[in-house]
Amino acid sequence: MITENNTTQNPGSSTIMRGIRLADLSLRLGSSDLITDMSETFDVGTWTCILGPSGVGKSLLLRAILGLIDPHSHSDITVSGNVYTTNGNEPLTGYVSYMAQQDLLFPWLTVRQNIELGTSLRGQQSCGADSQKTEELLKAVGLDAYADTLPDRLSGGMRQRAALARTLKENTPIVIMDEPFSAVDAITRLRLQDMASEFLTGRTVIMVTHDPLEALRLGHNVRVLRGRPAAFEPAIAPPACPPRSVESPDILEMQGRLLTSLQGSGI
Amino acid sequence: MIRRLLRLATVVVCLIFLWQAIIWASGVPPYILPGPLAVFDAIGDKWRLLLMHGSITLFEILCGLLLGCLFGGVSALTMAYFRPARRWLLPVLVMSQSVPVFALAPLLVLWLGYGMASKIAMATLIIYFPVATTFYDGLRRTDPGWMDLARTMDASRWMALRHVRIPAALPAAASGIRVAAAVAPIGAVVGEWVGSSAGLGYLMLHANARMQIDVLFAALATLSLISITIYFSLDVALHRLTPWQPDKGVSTRPPR
Repeated sequence: MITENNTTQNPGSSTIMRGIRLADLSLRLGSSDLITDMSETFDVGTWTCILGPSGVGKSLLLRAILGLIDPHSHSDITVSGNVYTTNGNEPLTGYVSYMAQQDLLFPWLTVRQNIELGTSLRGQQSCGADSQKTEELLKAVGLDAYADTLPDRLSGGMRQRAALARTLKENTPIVIMDEPFSAVDAITRLRLQDMASEFLTGRTVIMVTHDPLEALRLGHNVRVLRGRPAAFEPAIAPPACPPRSVESPDILEMQGRLLTSLQGSGI
Repeated sequence: MIRRLLRLATVVVCLIFLWQAIIWASGVPPYILPGPLAVFDAIGDKWRLLLMHGSITLFEILCGLLLGCLFGGVSALTMAYFRPARRWLLPVLVMSQSVPVFALAPLLVLWLGYGMASKIAMATLIIYFPVATTFYDGLRRTDPGWMDLARTMDASRWMALRHVRIPAALPAAASGIRVAAAVAPIGAVVGEWVGSSAGLGYLMLHANARMQIDVLFAALATLSLISITIYFSLDVALHRLTPWQPDKGVSTRPPR
């Protein structure tokens, strides 16, 4: 939903946290039903990781939640049903930020300008407290020395850190992530996971991933999406608080079971 | 930079020697092909004349570039922003290219007169198309991920255009402008050939008719000097404008 929204100063930055409620959400791709009448609640402050075979419709589900499926476009995807916040039954617009697999940094903006992208896209001026927040985030993700360089000078891990900072800068109660750390090496991925887990505490996060270990480290709930039309299997709740250690025997055992189960089926 | 200039100078000197060698070997009379020395003499003698006509042609080219880029840019933006404009304007744009611009030259001279206006119009027409199409292509091919990001950040259509689509399209537009810079002198000179009382094209026809082939060559040298200067200064300016764009061999600049 592209709307003129200059008056409301990024409504999501209010302190009230929000969850997500899907009401009878259906997704059709051409003539096949990907998702039929899905009703789910993602509670306030929980991190939900979604796993599932490729092609099951995970990314499309995220796009539907983000409101990115344009009913007027000529694509053959149709979406029906509603996506609300849990308190107030409002549409998600303005309460949600998005982090994708590609860092989506703009090559013509410096790292700092990229982090402040939301502010400039809404036509707002970056004021004192706002730019101070940017500096804090730059420090937090360890990019303060690179604030004024263009992204093509950064390594893959640094770029994804900048993308994370840009997501955090939006300061929304809901964060949607689509395989955000899959394009970096294993060690960088662990660091990014720790960083994201720390910074996003208290927010409602939905994250699609292909990596069961990542799901088990970060999620309060791990949900497997499977079938056609796709449905969630019962939630798996790993013990202890995220980010969990990769050495924990419980986690490793659960990873083994998840891998076997995911391997066992097609869509 | 100095190395590049040295290389360029070497090539030019070699070509001049080759030119002289052809004259020695074939013995063509100077009214068919004058030697380099005769042309240098002509440049020395007639530099005021060359400067006068050259500045007129330069002015026509620059005006054509400015107007062509302006109209091309505005058309591309209109087509990208308004859906109906795209449906109505795009066929017109493509159709306009089925008419060779050179065929229009006599008409332009008839309508706009023997002065500079018809030559500027000619150059503008030639420049308009590459700029409009490349810029429009760039605007259309914005990374969908960037547009998704802008939408989740609640950007209006105008803000998405200004902060995402236009900067993303600049490298494409820049290569269109480079093409335009290379063809702009053609537009101006063809316009001058068809009918004019000043400019390098006029000087060439005039000298040709009087068998002053050395003056014709001097005018030609002035024209290529103007073209090269315009092309390279635009190239440098465009690289400054899009510093994030790696050199991909679109231009003739060697990688840094």
